Amino acid sequence: MGKIAAIGIDVGSTTAKIVGVDEKGEFIWSYIEPAHPRVEDQVDRFLKKLEEENGPIDGIPIVATGYGRNLVHQATRKVTEITCHALGVFRQLGHGGTLIDIGGQDSKVIIIGPSGEVVDFAMNDKCAAGTGRFLENTAGRLMVKLDEMGQLALSSEEEVPISSTCTVFAESEIISMIAHGVRVEPILKGLHRSLVKRVVAMVRSVGLVPPLMLSGGVVKNPAIRKMIEEETGQKVIMPDHPQFMGAYGAALIALRGSRRK
Amino acid sequence: MKRDWRASLRYYWNVKVLGNAYLRWQRWKMERKGPPRKWRTDILAPPLKIGARTKELISRHYLEGRYANGHKPVAWVTSGAPVEILQALGYYVLYPENHGALCGARKVSVEIASEAENAGYSRDICSYARTDIGAMLSGKTPVGKLPKPDLLFACTNICQTVLFWYRVLAEHFKVPLIVIDTPFVYTSPEEHSIEYVKKQLENAVPIAEEVAGKKLDYKKLKQVMRYSRMAADLWLQVMERGKNRPAPISVFDQFIHMAPIVEMRGKPETVDFYAAMLKEVDERIEKGIGAVRNEQRRLLWDNLPIWYKLRELSEYLAERGVAVVASTYTMAWGELAPLIDPEKPFESMARTYIQPILNVGTGKKLEKMKKMIEEFQLDGAILHSDRSCKPYSIGQVDQRNRLIRDYGVPALLLEADHNDPRAYAEEQARARLDAFIEMLY
Repeated sequence: MGKIAAIGIDVGSTTAKIVGVDEKGEFIWSYIEPAHPRVEDQVDRFLKKLEEENGPIDGIPIVATGYGRNLVHQATRKVTEITCHALGVFRQLGHGGTLIDIGGQDSKVIIIGPSGEVVDFAMNDKCAAGTGRFLENTAGRLMVKLDEMGQLALSSEEEVPISSTCTVFAESEIISMIAHGVRVEPILKGLHRSLVKRVVAMVRSVGLVPPLMLSGGVVKNPAIRKMIEEETGQKVIMPDHPQFMGAYGAALIALRGSRRK
Repeated sequence: MKRDWRASLRYYWNVKVLGNAYLRWQRWKMERKGPPRKWRTDILAPPLKIGARTKELISRHYLEGRYANGHKPVAWVTSGAPVEILQALGYYVLYPENHGALCGARKVSVEIASEAENAGYSRDICSYARTDIGAMLSGKTPVGKLPKPDLLFACTNICQTVLFWYRVLAEHFKVPLIVIDTPFVYTSPEEHSIEYVKKQLENAVPIAEEVAGKKLDYKKLKQVMRYSRMAADLWLQVMERGKNRPAPISVFDQFIHMAPIVEMRGKPETVDFYAAMLKEVDERIEKGIGAVRNEQRRLLWDNLPIWYKLRELSEYLAERGVAVVASTYTMAWGELAPLIDPEKPFESMARTYIQPILNVGTGKKLEKMKKMIEEFQLDGAILHSDRSCKPYSIGQVDQRNRLIRDYGVPALLLEADHNDPRAYAEEQARARLDAFIEMLY
């Protein structure tokens, strides 16, 4: 394993991630935690952990991204998730196309050009529909573990349509379904469908440029992946560390910046 | 309307004597003072000197309004109304939309709109309408006091909301309402549509005459039309100066200084105002002054301004070397100037007022945007998707995609509302703008 030459930190709405790359830009170290309200302390802890495992980090460039990026005072530069995700995924997969990133609080569709640049993007509007929060909220209500949700949804043949795309309204809808004796699995399947339809609508609004790629924490859920393939008719490609693409892209930008100097 | 000599006396004393002197003194002070302390001179050119006159004009407009009842007939009109008839009849004309924008810019629109919401008007209704109805119900306004209307005058060339909004006003104030119905123009206006609008305008005259208590002087109408034409011509020239690099004024400046062309059309002082503004803009060009100090990228703005975020947005973009130099919105009050023909007042009014940007097909707007991208040499576009203004926002998804496809420039759909800050998500908007700007460089 090479020495860490640049660091990327992605402070998202739900999780905080850190990635270290070597001087060739290879992904060599990463760490993830639920996002802490005291961003500065969390980042300090991240960096200390990195130092303990990899040696001193003095002089190593750091780029921050994500909603909390402006609070990362240790960063030499701050770049948006859009640019970072595009770069990270492009570097891992080696081609452009359409990237869907479903995060905790927002989901985005990014059209990546042939050299890794952002050609166009769309983000969910001012609500949590179509994001990880949508599933998280309802998982709690149905007493299902978040990481089992996808499997359970796929295990059902039946599917009940959830008409609300609003997270809060969907929850009320589910409560009334349970009251009517509907089983949990078909509800789960309907929930996933609702989320995926919302995301695919966003893909259509910018226009799909194949191949279709997927990143973000929600891709660990197999039902989402399968349903996106069903709804778009496209095979989905995933990078090796889907949840770290923002932080990885940030690290690559940090590396590029240090080379320029 | 009933005339009252005491009201006239009050009007002359408070507006013509005290008000004029006070406002002139205020303007004199403002012209001598440097830019306000909060003005970001590090990223923006100093404020336009004409600003002192804009302030004087607007303040006087609302001061006149405050004392107009009983002295002059008062009409409340929509922003795209053929107001020349009323100006020629000596009406004081109030624009609830402009008043709404003012409330937005002064950040009191939520408080006033809530008055309407509490009375049962849905939050899905246009925020201008809610602000106006709220002001009507509560009397709240940042300008002191609004005059009661003697006549309501609505033209459907901007939206269909005005049809219902003005009925609410008519019901409340118990005064006559004139509606000018302008058929939608898909490609170019049909002659029979123009004839139809012209007939309605002619039919409106006797009603407006009756309320005003006097006959329309056609010579006066032609004079008003000439002033309208001259002011709109000058405004158009001011905006076209934005083709210069660096652009001498930004769209954010235009949003502020467009008030006279909207609410004081047909008056001689409006012509003088825009002549002076054009002169100042030309001086800036001569000296090479750009509205944004470090102009690196040039953008188009589509749709209404986000009134309560004007300064923040202007500074945010200027900090990043981005100047917004052209907009479909401000252009709407200039681009039809050549159609105004003082010699044929009714026909040319019909022809002009039937084809503002909101009453023509969405393809026309796309054409206009494309022309602006070429003529103003723009690097991208921000399309404000305005929750309150559906007729302006419809088609924006396709328009955005076509601009990207045909010109390869980035275009951003920014979700907000022109007057309701509750429909603006600061973090989300910032995230989109940040990413969009990274794409520009």
